[in-house]
Amino acid sequence: MRLVPAFLSGVLFAFGLAIGGMTDPRKVIAFLDFAGDWDPSLAFVMGAAVLVFSLAVRWSRQRTAPVFGDAFRLPTRRDIDTPLVAGATLFGIGWGLGGYCPGPALVGAMSFQSGALLFTGSMIAGMAIFSAWQRMKWRAGTPRDGGPA
Amino acid sequence: MSEFTPFASTIGGLLIGAAAALLLLLSGRIAGVSGIVGGLVDTPRRDRDWRVAFLLGLFAAGLLAFAWMPGQFGTSPASTVVLVVAGLLVGFGTRLGNGCTSGHGVCGVSRLSRRSLVATGTFILAGAVTVFVTRHVVGG
Repeated sequence: MRLVPAFLSGVLFAFGLAIGGMTDPRKVIAFLDFAGDWDPSLAFVMGAAVLVFSLAVRWSRQRTAPVFGDAFRLPTRRDIDTPLVAGATLFGIGWGLGGYCPGPALVGAMSFQSGALLFTGSMIAGMAIFSAWQRMKWRAGTPRDGGPA
Repeated sequence: MSEFTPFASTIGGLLIGAAAALLLLLSGRIAGVSGIVGGLVDTPRRDRDWRVAFLLGLFAAGLLAFAWMPGQFGTSPASTVVLVVAGLLVGFGTRLGNGCTSGHGVCGVSRLSRRSLVATGTFILAGAVTVFVTRHVVGG
């Protein structure tokens, strides 16, 4: 029962990405192409999603715990550090090159098109490289970068 | 040429917001896709159950969505090599920066998180500069 909301959330999320146009890399690249034939559609995806989720955040602040669970697990960090900015920069470059971000890549892979599969496989490899690097740092006694987002 | 689709994109955004709202209010979790996948790639794996449930929903709906609206699933203009590099950058970068378009761009921005506002501005700027270079400088 506890896992049903997570499953349904994944279902809604995937339909939202597909209907909104996020699973079309050319549309994503057109959104980022401010100097060319700019397609502002994806600003509507983000704006509508932020609007709905802001209401959920306000509602959650009036409660002490979610319906299924003991506490809201929200990020608490507030510091702007180098890993945050460097990571966002690397992500942005990859997003502009391929036209996929993580959610649409996973949903797009369900089309079994070779490009989407190749991107998604490489993305998971990139995450695994990050994890291996963090493990090496941890063994060497230096603190981890990143973590759950 | 990309067709401007404000209506469909708004509907899509409302669904994404509802998906994230459901996960927050019922499970108390942030719907950040890179964090959800990354938590399964990391060892030891953290909080596996709900992450797997979310991804199963995402994959199941992805299959249905492709069957119902294949036109929404485009192909990337990038070459094979560029797609591999792009995937590696997105995977590594989202883990290093603690989030992607969903975790920072939707959930974090909605919470007015300083880190997410900075990250979102940064990845949109980096993406725009990259597209400018590939389309108008190198590919122009």
